[in-house]
Amino acid sequence: MDFNDTPDQAKFRAKCREWLEANAELKESKGSGHADSSLEDHLKVAKAWQQKKYEAGWAMLHWPKEYGGIEASPIERIIWGQEEAKFNVPGGIFEIGLGMCGPVMMQYASEEQKDRYLAPMAEGKEIWCQLFSEPAAGSDVAGLRSKAEKDGDDWIINGQKVWTSGAHYSDFGILVVRHDPDVAKHKGLTFFFVDMKSPGITVKPIKQITGQAGTGAGFNEVYFDNVRIPDSQRLGEIGDGWKVAITTLMNERLAVGDARGSDIEEALILSKTKDDAGEALIKNDSVRERLADWFCQANGLKYTKFRTISALSKGEAPGPEASITKIVSANKLQEIGNFGIDSGDMAGMLIDENEGVSSFQGAWLGAPGLRIAGGTDEILRNVIAERVLGLPQDPRADKGLAFKDIPTKA
Amino acid sequence: MNLDFSDDQKFLQDEAKKFFDKEGGLSNARSVMDNSLEGDKELWQKIVELGWTGIRIPEAYQGLGLGHLELCVIAEELGRSLAPVPFSSSVYFFTEALIKYGSEEIKSELLPNLVSGQVVGTYGIAEDMHQATESNLSVSLASDKINGIKIAVPDAGMASHMIVVVKSSAGTDLRLVDLDDASVTVTQQKNLDTSRAFFKVEFKDTPSKLIGESGNGWTYIQHLLDQAAVLFAFEQVGGSQAALDMAKAYSLERFAFGRQIGSYQAIKHKLADMYIAVTLAKSNCYYGAWALSSESAELPLAAATARVSATKAFQLCSKENIQTHGGNGFTWEYDCHLFYKRSKVLSVLLGSEAAWKEKLVTNLEKTNTLAKG
Repeated sequence: MDFNDTPDQAKFRAKCREWLEANAELKESKGSGHADSSLEDHLKVAKAWQQKKYEAGWAMLHWPKEYGGIEASPIERIIWGQEEAKFNVPGGIFEIGLGMCGPVMMQYASEEQKDRYLAPMAEGKEIWCQLFSEPAAGSDVAGLRSKAEKDGDDWIINGQKVWTSGAHYSDFGILVVRHDPDVAKHKGLTFFFVDMKSPGITVKPIKQITGQAGTGAGFNEVYFDNVRIPDSQRLGEIGDGWKVAITTLMNERLAVGDARGSDIEEALILSKTKDDAGEALIKNDSVRERLADWFCQANGLKYTKFRTISALSKGEAPGPEASITKIVSANKLQEIGNFGIDSGDMAGMLIDENEGVSSFQGAWLGAPGLRIAGGTDEILRNVIAERVLGLPQDPRADKGLAFKDIPTKA
Repeated sequence: MNLDFSDDQKFLQDEAKKFFDKEGGLSNARSVMDNSLEGDKELWQKIVELGWTGIRIPEAYQGLGLGHLELCVIAEELGRSLAPVPFSSSVYFFTEALIKYGSEEIKSELLPNLVSGQVVGTYGIAEDMHQATESNLSVSLASDKINGIKIAVPDAGMASHMIVVVKSSAGTDLRLVDLDDASVTVTQQKNLDTSRAFFKVEFKDTPSKLIGESGNGWTYIQHLLDQAAVLFAFEQVGGSQAALDMAKAYSLERFAFGRQIGSYQAIKHKLADMYIAVTLAKSNCYYGAWALSSESAELPLAAATARVSATKAFQLCSKENIQTHGGNGFTWEYDCHLFYKRSKVLSVLLGSEAAWKEKLVTNLEKTNTLAKG
């Protein structure tokens, strides 16, 4: 039992490190980044960094060699991620494309399309987004209602997508729509990719409870008004949309769902800070008890991740333990944010004129979204119960019904 | 990164699991409970024959000379099967105390006999129904003889020797006592989990030998408790997993309103929360196992974290296992109460959850930087 790299891993880490040191700056402090720059500047910097990585072969480590990757093992991807995270470089813009859209294109697109789209995606010249969720289809995403109707060699798309990250700066998107409402829910779906500049597409940023809209990798509503997509941009067979979507989501699940933000470390520093009377919050027994609970959670997640990495490191498939990460970390984030605000006592609600929203206030505002995004707490408990523990599926009132006959209101 | 047990250690764990299953699993704990026994002497004898009491004892004293990680994997299986044997008292505590602090003379005399099973050890700290501290100890020492009463001493019925924490002129000492001495009175005490036996042990001018240095007893005890906390946490995780498995099996077999109860979200989410608690506890145990086996300075923090996390997990899993079973879970016939009672005993045996949380935070206060995952 140890925390060391194997000789091969150490060699790979040194290689990553060497290139990063030659091409980027180490983070000086935790907060440093590009958060304050405009969206346009951020995209420019992000694209330039992606281009640089692409030229040196670091852009899409896990991709097959024929598409420019190095077929890196999961542990090598983790090592690269750990090292890259220590440097002051932009991230987040290309993850959906490289992680979800690229693999689905490799599997379902024509050779000609692969030649046309994969390299610009990897190089960061073209950004991709994912259009699945709808206003009436969140947890039950297969209940989506956007329509596809055949018209000659084209399909006409009408409807609305929602919570689309980065739609406002994306060039292309992958899309699931309903071509047949007369068959069962999962059977009437078809999968496409679409040019986000197509006539009839309108992107509207969503103003979130944080007050933010259209900043960074923000969320959008995407409206489709008679949008024309050639049948050649269909991925998979007509009616196989759900199957293709599931493949995509499996690729997404490789990403670790850690809720970033204030954690036990910040809570501990805050607790040790003395007030004007020389008292520190850590002297309060109720604070001590909560610190113990958060430490058990944070430490438990940290070593759960280490167990997963250890399995990958030996070339074994990791167990299902990583399935607890998001549900535990998002709830802990909400509690720690709450604690940080409470530390301000009667004035805890105030936002600093110069510093803006504190990291605790940001955690408290953002945590409700993290408890929903990528699978709500409730859906994740179902996933653990069904896929990890092997309990039966929930009874489904829409089973066997044609989609158009599924009840939508009381 | 290799936060995992070796293939040999996993093999040992698998052997231990098969052994406890073959020997009757939970039926041993039930039999001790139903017959108010001091422990399962036959099962204990078989464990001795497997060599497990000598895992940590150096080969020079006829032991196997293995590390703490081997103990961790066996602890998990002891916990899963709720084995009613004095393993924790004798192996995690007594044997470790001798290996760590015993004189050469004491080691030569006792360690080979711990391997062969002729000696079984235990320890006594508590004297009253509140937290023991260095200042509230009253069992006293005068010219190598001790006087006073220890209570809630685990396994004293099967044990031949005991390490007693006493007040001495130098502060606190650890003293080794032969329980067969005529000056010692051992009386079984009633307790919530009768699959384990606890005793009042009374000393009247009982001869004793010093373990380690006089005056350092309290420091020794804290270290021994930290070590034992990691091993107890593995037992607690084993018990948690068994309770979760039992709840899961019942939720698949029991029908209500025309469906398996495991298909209702109320039950699914309950079981998912149990799984989350067990997973966090298990990962914290791995951290504890690493700290224990590498003799890291992080042991006090790692032990408290594993202990708190595993205590919470076992208490949650054992109570919600009863709830999942409905009325059946409240009967003597179903095994649910065995887990519920054992989880409570394990949660107080090394000191309460509140006391360990306090230790955890005290250690956090000393830490200036926390390694980020």
